[in-house]
Amino acid sequence: METTAKETTVKATPPSSEMVIDIKDLHKSFGANSILKGVNLKVAKGESVVVLGKSGSGKSVTIKCLVGLIAPDTGELNVFGTDVTQLNNNQLNELRARMGFLFQTAALYDSMSVRENLGFTLRHHNKKLSADEIEQATIAALQGVGLEEAIDKMPSELSGGMRKRIGLARTMIIKPEIMLYDEPTTGLDTITSREISELILELQSKNKTTSIIITHDMPCARLTADRIVILKEGVIAAEGTYEELEKSEDEWVRSFFI
Amino acid sequence: MGKASLFVKRFFVEVFTTSFEFKEFVWQCYAIGYRSLPLVSITGFIMGLVLTIQSRPTLAQFGAESWIPGMVTLSLVREIAPVITALICAGKIASGIGAELGSMKVTEQIDAMEVSAINPFKYLVVTRIMATTLMVPVLVIYADLVGLFGGFIGYNIHGEVSLFRFFSQALESLTFMDLIPATIKTVFFGFFIGMIGCFKGFHAENGTESVGKAANSAVVTASLSIFIIDMIAVQITDLIF
Repeated sequence: METTAKETTVKATPPSSEMVIDIKDLHKSFGANSILKGVNLKVAKGESVVVLGKSGSGKSVTIKCLVGLIAPDTGELNVFGTDVTQLNNNQLNELRARMGFLFQTAALYDSMSVRENLGFTLRHHNKKLSADEIEQATIAALQGVGLEEAIDKMPSELSGGMRKRIGLARTMIIKPEIMLYDEPTTGLDTITSREISELILELQSKNKTTSIIITHDMPCARLTADRIVILKEGVIAAEGTYEELEKSEDEWVRSFFI
Repeated sequence: MGKASLFVKRFFVEVFTTSFEFKEFVWQCYAIGYRSLPLVSITGFIMGLVLTIQSRPTLAQFGAESWIPGMVTLSLVREIAPVITALICAGKIASGIGAELGSMKVTEQIDAMEVSAINPFKYLVVTRIMATTLMVPVLVIYADLVGLFGGFIGYNIHGEVSLFRFFSQALESLTFMDLIPATIKTVFFGFFIGMIGCFKGFHAENGTESVGKAANSAVVTASLSIFIIDMIAVQITDLIF
């Protein structure tokens, strides 16, 4: 996918003051292991927040709580003004239809081709769409990630970078208002990581999505973040722009940027 | 036990209250039914053949060789074909479902469906259980027929009878009271094979090791449940008929 750095590093829309995600005092334990000990995070509409932290610090748990994959012990998870923890299955699905989630492994459906992976998601979102409309939307989504030639391939035939792109296309095909990325560049080489980061930025500016990006990849964070938060021992220990945190007086915070 | 009860309860709630994934159900019927035909054909044929060959010397001692078609038919239809076919299905289908869903679970594909607002239980579990419940009885009836053909071949190794005469004698010995309980129990066999395969796969823990465990546990539990259901079915049949 040919995208110039000049185009992609321009942050298209400044975030508005309207909060679409508001996490209050989030706690989560797995047995005796307390992971989240009171996370508070607000994300404004159109804002892109990168979450950093050591492995096991609860980054993925936080976003999985947001989409209802993991039930928190206590705390509020307001998305579009609705507390996720208070919703029944149908209400949760209505909310999920406005959100996208890119898994670390892309989580493509192994038994389906790329076409079926995208079409399956779209067909379940909008049952009124004709087969032709689904096909058109699938092709458009694949063109968006520069992989229209992979439409008939099976996931097992795709490289790591291609899987991530297809995963992104599958998520973006429903035009989510919020995107949650769980380590989108993990396991990829430097060049492919940069391509994925640029793609995320491009899709964000095009679709005006609000994003939370969990990553250990600092070039990705630098490129995509409006704001960075760092999780430490179950709480947010630092918050600011890339430039601010890079010059932090706290050595531990600076250590992420070396 | 609690998890299993909730799983069964959820199945009945989803199957009766939400729209049905018909296309996936048809695909599962094809995958579970049609693709099991070669295996069921071979085992069904061997069952009938061996049963006939083994029975012949004993019946011949009493000059009762003409009873072979009827005896083989009753043995096959009432007990041997349902149980053996169900055990074959437990090995092939329950393990397949357990491994497939377990693999989907550990690679976050089930989570991906869930966050896409697609109900994975309805799409993956309900369709598979419905398909096994429908297809296992069909496979058993097919195994009955293939088994009878095996019996015909077995009879003709030492004797001589036409296919028409063999099948006429076989069907004459059957009544609806033989067919109905045997078919009803295969519905339960199919339901439990699907339910156990799905339950084990759906509850696989993280890690690839758990996929193997889910498949293995699905086969063992489904096979055991077949014997237990068979025992209960025999008692009930004995009481009612």
